[in-house]
Amino acid sequence: MNELSRPKAAKAALPKAPSKGQPQAEPAKQPRRAEMKVRPTAPILPPSNIQGNALMVVIAIMAFLACLTFGAVTMVRATASSWQSQISREITIQIKPEDGLDMDAALKKARDLALTFVGTREGTIMDENATARLLEPWLGTGLNLADLPVPRLVIITIDEQNPPDFNGMRAQLKTAIPQAFLDDHRTWVDRLVSMAHTTVLIGTGVLVLVFTAMILTVVFATRGALSGNRHIVEVLHFVGAESSFVANEFQKHFLKISIKGSAAGGALAAALFAAANIWQSNSLATPESDQATALFGTFTIGVTGYLGIFATIIIIALLTTLTARFTVMRTIDEIDLVRSDPARSDGLSAS
Amino acid sequence: MIHFENVGLRYGMGPEILRDMTFDIPKRSFQFLTGPSGAGKTTLLRLLFMSLHPTRGIIHMFGRDLSQIPRGELPMLRRRVGIVFQDFRLLDHLTTYENVALPLRVRGKEESSYRNDVLELLKWVGLGERINVLPAVLSGGEKQRAAIARALMDRPEILLADEPTGNVDPPMARRLLNLFLELNRLGTAVVIATHDLALMDQVDARRMILTEGRLDLYE
Repeated sequence: MNELSRPKAAKAALPKAPSKGQPQAEPAKQPRRAEMKVRPTAPILPPSNIQGNALMVVIAIMAFLACLTFGAVTMVRATASSWQSQISREITIQIKPEDGLDMDAALKKARDLALTFVGTREGTIMDENATARLLEPWLGTGLNLADLPVPRLVIITIDEQNPPDFNGMRAQLKTAIPQAFLDDHRTWVDRLVSMAHTTVLIGTGVLVLVFTAMILTVVFATRGALSGNRHIVEVLHFVGAESSFVANEFQKHFLKISIKGSAAGGALAAALFAAANIWQSNSLATPESDQATALFGTFTIGVTGYLGIFATIIIIALLTTLTARFTVMRTIDEIDLVRSDPARSDGLSAS
Repeated sequence: MIHFENVGLRYGMGPEILRDMTFDIPKRSFQFLTGPSGAGKTTLLRLLFMSLHPTRGIIHMFGRDLSQIPRGELPMLRRRVGIVFQDFRLLDHLTTYENVALPLRVRGKEESSYRNDVLELLKWVGLGERINVLPAVLSGGEKQRAAIARALMDRPEILLADEPTGNVDPPMARRLLNLFLELNRLGTAVVIATHDLALMDQVDARRMILTEGRLDLYE
């Protein structure tokens, strides 16, 4: 075998220089062949295999669900906050009709009195037409308010940051106009605040559950994908690779997979919110849009929402990478554990 | 170079697989490790490769007591030992060239610094025309030679080969034996675990015979 008889050719790679007087003769001169080209060096870990692709899909799905939940919770929080602020931005003075009461004068007096308080911004008297419109669903059209003892309303807009002294206002109104009743919507606001808090709490709970599920799924999927590469860890270990080298190789590989997967899932969720927002903006005042708005609020997650989606992508990528690193280090530890405790031998024959 | 002193090994609470092993493997030596199936040849090779720790006794590798060496230093010591596994353990997605270059790659060397060495070595083992081929396409003998080349790539001081001729026909076994002899002439100590008597009869070399966990040496 001529190929095996070329110590000179291997002198650069072998431990010692070849001794003189090698028994093998140089082969007869042959026509010089073209030098074979080496393909570009492939990565130590196969760039794509079934486990890697499956992991990427799992990561994409979990990232999509996590980002969707995050966006939904952001939306619910914004909607709940908006309910609360819309109600608490206004107070209402109600004046009941009574014999001998000049309603118009009482309304103006109540409005002026309310506006003397610090923290009020604007006062609007609901005129007869507006009041009639309010009652239209129950009493029908063509209502003559003069014939009915219908209370009249004054709506006062307040500064939410610096609300007026409601008790003081209530007391002064009672003195000046005994028929007046101040409704600061406290009962509604309290109920809405409580409902909003509950909704946000439920949303946060769902978010925590989805994130926990995502973390566990990603961790187990990564470990599953790694188990298919255990033989690579072993070979690298046995050819003298240090643990940190092996861990870095796997870390790089899984970072690529996780970034692709989580970016796809996150981008899809972001695109879904953006598309819903565009649809809602383009179909304002249509029954479908109104219904959707009533149910879900506006499909706007804002900069915070998109930043949250981006953060979720990063978290998933880091999580996968760290899981890969720890799992590889543990595999190497197991190999060393077998070394120190032969009873744990991984099935290698003892022939 | 390697010294075993009263080394014994058992798996868990079972009987001792290897007992009272006391021997030396000198530099530049050539020996066969043989014995019936189940006698403990692979286990002894694993002890030599530091992938198992003895349950008793002392092993000195390259002048150092193995029990005193921290885990982190073992990769450095393993680099001085080349091993050819019975099942080759080539990575399926890497070409012959890439598999053989793996020991240098894991040491962080630049590809340009070792390309010629790898190509020379591949030619020397007769795989000069198979450098871009994946292991799945290689024959048993070619895989064996690729595994040997990988073990030799970083110029080990000792080469351990587990049944290197187990999967090849007699002519190929003879060629592989020539390769090991050539390597030994170049200065590398060689330990070949085999139960192929015909192969051993071709060379007048030291024989380490394992029988029921005990080792007999025939110089």
